Amino acid sequence: MRKVAVLVLFLMFTALSVVPARAGKDELVIGITQFPSTFNPNIDSMLAKSYVLAMARRPFTTYDPDWQLMCMLCTELPTIENGLAVPEKTPDGKDGIAVTYTIRPDATWGDGTPITTRDVTFTWEVGKHPKSGVIPKEFYRSLYKIDVKDDKTFTLHFDKLTFEYNAINSFELLPVHLEEAAFADPEAYRNRSLYETDTTNPGLYFGPYIISEVVPGSHVTLTANPLWWGETPAFKRVVVRVIENTAALEANLLSGAIDMIAGELGLTIDQALTFEQRHGDRYTIFYKPGLAYEHIDINLDNPILRDQRVRQALVLALDREAISEKLFGGRQPVANTNVNPLDWVYVDDGPRYPYDPEKAAALLDEAGWNSMKRGIRHNAAGVPLRLEIMTTAGNRSRELVQQVLQSQWKQLGIDVRVRNQPARVFFGETVRKRQFPAMAMFAWISAPESVPRTTLHSDHIPTAENNWAGQNNTGFRNAEVDELIEQIEVELDRDKRAELWRRLQHIYAAELPAIPLYFRANPYILPKWLKGVTPTGHQYPSTLWIETWRDG
Amino acid sequence: MSRYLAERLLQSILVLAIMSFVIYGLMWLMPGDPIDLMISADPKMTSEDAAQLRELYGLDRPFLERYFNWLGAALSGDLGYSRLRAAPVLNVLGPALANTVVLMSCAFVLAVLIALVAGIVAALRPYSKLDYAINLLAFAGISTPPFWLALLLIIVFAVMFGVLPAGGTGVTGGQGFWDSAQYLVLPVASLTIASVGGYTRYVRAAMIETLRQDYIRTAWAKGLSAYDVVVGHGLRNAMIPVVTIMALDFGFLFSGALITETIFAYPGMGKLIFDSIMGNDFNLALVALLFATLVTLIGNLLADLAYVALDRRISFREMER
Repeated sequence: MRKVAVLVLFLMFTALSVVPARAGKDELVIGITQFPSTFNPNIDSMLAKSYVLAMARRPFTTYDPDWQLMCMLCTELPTIENGLAVPEKTPDGKDGIAVTYTIRPDATWGDGTPITTRDVTFTWEVGKHPKSGVIPKEFYRSLYKIDVKDDKTFTLHFDKLTFEYNAINSFELLPVHLEEAAFADPEAYRNRSLYETDTTNPGLYFGPYIISEVVPGSHVTLTANPLWWGETPAFKRVVVRVIENTAALEANLLSGAIDMIAGELGLTIDQALTFEQRHGDRYTIFYKPGLAYEHIDINLDNPILRDQRVRQALVLALDREAISEKLFGGRQPVANTNVNPLDWVYVDDGPRYPYDPEKAAALLDEAGWNSMKRGIRHNAAGVPLRLEIMTTAGNRSRELVQQVLQSQWKQLGIDVRVRNQPARVFFGETVRKRQFPAMAMFAWISAPESVPRTTLHSDHIPTAENNWAGQNNTGFRNAEVDELIEQIEVELDRDKRAELWRRLQHIYAAELPAIPLYFRANPYILPKWLKGVTPTGHQYPSTLWIETWRDG
Repeated sequence: MSRYLAERLLQSILVLAIMSFVIYGLMWLMPGDPIDLMISADPKMTSEDAAQLRELYGLDRPFLERYFNWLGAALSGDLGYSRLRAAPVLNVLGPALANTVVLMSCAFVLAVLIALVAGIVAALRPYSKLDYAINLLAFAGISTPPFWLALLLIIVFAVMFGVLPAGGTGVTGGQGFWDSAQYLVLPVASLTIASVGGYTRYVRAAMIETLRQDYIRTAWAKGLSAYDVVVGHGLRNAMIPVVTIMALDFGFLFSGALITETIFAYPGMGKLIFDSIMGNDFNLALVALLFATLVTLIGNLLADLAYVALDRRISFREMER
């Protein structure tokens, strides 16, 4: 009987072993944790969509891995210096600018139709229509006219003259020959678009790959685009598999079911560090600090936190370098302000808050929190120095950091209570309506040289009167900062703008409307044989350069 | 029987109508909306953009107006579009439902078959070593956390031995039945192990109770074969409480298993319902949940019909009372 059982088990394993363990190297299987909700490049903003579409489409302009603006679909980046951008007055007398782009002559849609200025004007029509559901609207509000020179050359007229005048990263072309019919009823466009109804139509794409299969919730398959004008990609097929559970994602990598885990949408840093300890010798693992600014928003209406000395003491009481070292292997650089050190506008000469508990204690004493009872500071009126910190429940990294912060503040006599909420409640109600009584920990994700108008300008404080519009959740009001934001946006001279940025960072670091923690790093886990993957650290994903990825 | 069925049909319609209102209301009461989540990810989004999107998606209208708009459209056959998947609701539900039915049916049938055999064997020799062994395994299955079991199966069969895929549903260019079926092995095993223990315990308890009855002693005394006594007389009567439990589980066949689907990256109904609720996709969540409700009602109706088939003492007239 036992022999029979052993034989049966042997046969089962033999039969099962015929399954190929890993795909060949003409195919690359990437694991990510999120499925795109739409494939229309202009509807909804979602990282998973950007990641997949970056292989199948290219923006006119984008930021390269060195965070410099570059042309992708255009032939030359227009600047005032090269004469392709010309400041002008708008018909109603405002300062505007006319910017001329030329589409690459060899650019065609995946079905062979040339990409022309007809696509440009159609995309503009769709984008500016209030019912089309396209975001971001700000770009389309500012773009008030397009002059078409020929099939490939056009001039955009903007009613604002900002330093970002030539960055049209969000202007994602739509194929007029396919999408025009779907736009006949603009309100129904977002549902009738071929990106939703005929997602694998090659005419919708013009990148090194075209989307050839979509299995909702499971995977997206991309195959090499024979009409791609650039460098021929190394892989005939790229499969993007969605595995939301990160433990299962790791197991899939180890089993060979996927070749790599995308840094943009993969493991958290603590998971990656643990993975590296166990399996680091089998993979290439690197960490790219990016523009996700982890911080603690402070509710400046809180009577305790209104005092700048208390805010400074809160930061001085934290050993953020040690937190980054112990919890994240030193991979996530400590933030001094909301500006990333990789950004060219970053300055290092502003107020800094290294770990200094004595100085923190002195500041608290000076602020009146000098009576210690049962390990908690009290003021003269007997009010305890008690605060609440909130973040997204279930986010392991944040909850871990939160515990360390709580214990470090406790050592100084600051009683901090944790009250976390699911992301939906936290962002949907608590942060949006400024209902966090003291501190809210989360991240902002921005672009290089992103002007913090919506997060720092006093016009953007959400209130019941303005129907909770705006994202200045701390309630920060500073006339000089408001003025600096206005000036930065329209200052074209880089040196002058750098000075304005310097002043803005100094004020931010001194006033501390938020406690800067660190810039989140994305861990990329790649097979040893895969070369050429260059993480960007900003919101434009590494797949924008997938044609440079090579086997060996 | 026809009067009984008509009454049950009316009851089901009423339950569905109430459930649609309750589900819509509960989702409406949840804080935040999809636009809030968009804003939280994009500091450049202006309040005008947000207001415009809320208007476009109909999120700015009062609850009752939104509910009755949906109900009116649904009654005329238009179940609307899924906001999260940007496709008609039925187009989204179809593939997910098919995946779930295949997965859950395989697990259900396998679990019931194993439970019947194990439960009967355990009941025939209660408190024997074999009974203890079956009970031990049953409790192990019941108490094993599904996510842990799923990961363990992946690590053993996909990572260590490399004989089965770790998840997903396969990609294009599959080569026949095995190419698709191999993706089902681990999730089915995971679900079967999780549910077989409970069914085994129910079958065992019901069989022990039935085998003590006088008519079973009479059957043995009449010299009937062991098969006729145990299966023909014992199991038939023991199945009534077991069928009730299975009927209640029938709804789950169509509503999916969230944890298993998530870990095995299997695109089924469980994940779809969860995502649609969390993403405020009213149309999709409502239809998916109402469908699960409908299937549960049908399951209960089938259970009632099974009672009549299994026990001749039960009649439709009696149930109408």
